[in-house]
Amino acid sequence: MSRPEDILPPDLFYNDTESRKYTTSSRIQKIQSSMTHRALSLLSLTSPSLILDVGCGSGLSGEILSQDEDSGTPGGPHVWIGFDISASMLGVALEKEVEGDLFLADAGQGVPFRPGTFDAAISISAVQWLCNAETSEESPAGRLSRFFNGLYASLRRGGRAVCQFYPKNDLQKKMVSSAAVKAGFGAGLLEDDEGTKNAKTYLVLTVGGGDVDGDITGVVRGMEGVDVMDERRRAKDRKRGEDKKGSKAWIMRKKEQMERKGKVVKTNSKYTGRKRRIAF
Amino acid sequence: MKLLTLNFLTCAIKTCKSSPASFPLHPRDAELEVVEADLNLAFLKNILPRLMWDELRVIASELGLPALPETPPSKADLSIPSPTAPAPATTLQLDPEAIDAPENPPVVESDVEEETPSQTAVDLHRILLETCITEGKLVCGNCGHEYAVKEGVANFLLPGHLV
Ligand SMILES: C[S@@+](CC[C@H](N)C(=O)[O-])C[C@H]1O[C@@H](n2cnc3c(N)ncnc32)[C@H](O)[C@@H]1O
Ligand SMILES: [Zn+2]
Repeated sequence: MSRPEDILPPDLFYNDTESRKYTTSSRIQKIQSSMTHRALSLLSLTSPSLILDVGCGSGLSGEILSQDEDSGTPGGPHVWIGFDISASMLGVALEKEVEGDLFLADAGQGVPFRPGTFDAAISISAVQWLCNAETSEESPAGRLSRFFNGLYASLRRGGRAVCQFYPKNDLQKKMVSSAAVKAGFGAGLLEDDEGTKNAKTYLVLTVGGGDVDGDITGVVRGMEGVDVMDERRRAKDRKRGEDKKGSKAWIMRKKEQMERKGKVVKTNSKYTGRKRRIAF
Repeated sequence: MKLLTLNFLTCAIKTCKSSPASFPLHPRDAELEVVEADLNLAFLKNILPRLMWDELRVIASELGLPALPETPPSKADLSIPSPTAPAPATTLQLDPEAIDAPENPPVVESDVEEETPSQTAVDLHRILLETCITEGKLVCGNCGHEYAVKEGVANFLLPGHLV
């Protein structure tokens, strides 16, 4: 099966049809919910916190943050702010009347909050999208670094972030985690069901200077399959995705790039026209 | 968008990062709505030290809301210590008529804490978590960039050359 991020940019892939299909699938709801709970358990929050949800989509991950401890959300109910690059996904979140505040924003452009804003951050199934650059002025390395630098600054000292993502291969796993380390994070990779079709990768990030247990080795020690990175390493950053020139995926992407060139705000004309689409 | 969020949001443009004028963003042509939410006392206490109070006052006045006190409440002001103790005298004096809204919101039950939120907590909850900008713009005081807000969602996508 091909990876969606190799076919189209995220805001075009998650159009109105796909966003609705994604959100109403009970299979997807179940997976996203269990991964969000896993991420929450790694955050170890004990009281109501301010949480950022990066690539919040239609709110499948965020709405779990709004639940209380009795419903299985440690420290909850939390207050969350989510952003996503897809207006269609956010439209579905509005229809569901999620409690978090929503933004249309691109994680590859940074995190526009003042330093020390958030107690914690989660990102569920989104960060792999940053490994593709959609225009010639950008590189995946540049987008990843802007994201992690912004995330690092926006977290309070002692804060934590957990990013579950789907790395295409080991190189991509390295590229993502080393970008986080270079931004200043303590980082550890946690793999559930490693080597299986259902493998899940969690990048666990800590911002030092707070509580003693803000150290990553304290979080992941004793967990199986955890690879702690405490040294700042350099990864060879690839410039572009891996589509073969001339392949269908390559042509599709080029075509979208051409269409999008020079547009200040990503317009949605061909994809608009449904219920709660927010037309900017 | 809650006023709480506006108290943490900055201009996204790179060259504004170092300028104090890029925070807070200033609402323009804003439409407000009050959306009821459960009062979460532990959250209010958590967030209180991180608030930029002077900036919150500026925003409240720009939105035509009743003036906030000059100094922020303390954590102790947010709860009534025991059922016999009187409520703290300092309230935010938000006129409930000024923005069309219900009276006291329901309180999140917690078996750990037996504390009762004070009027100050109720007022702070109202302004931070229930008062929302639904339409309008947010304008950077440094570069003048305008971020559109529609249905409460702000558009922070930047054109490539400003990233
Ligand atoms: C698989 S969905 C996950 C949504 C949500 N976190 C969940 O668990 O249901 C991935 C989301 O990442 C968003 N996304 C992809 N690239 C992004 C970027 N650069 N900035 C913000 N969001 C992005 C997509 O629009 C999509 O909504
Ligand atoms: Zn600015």
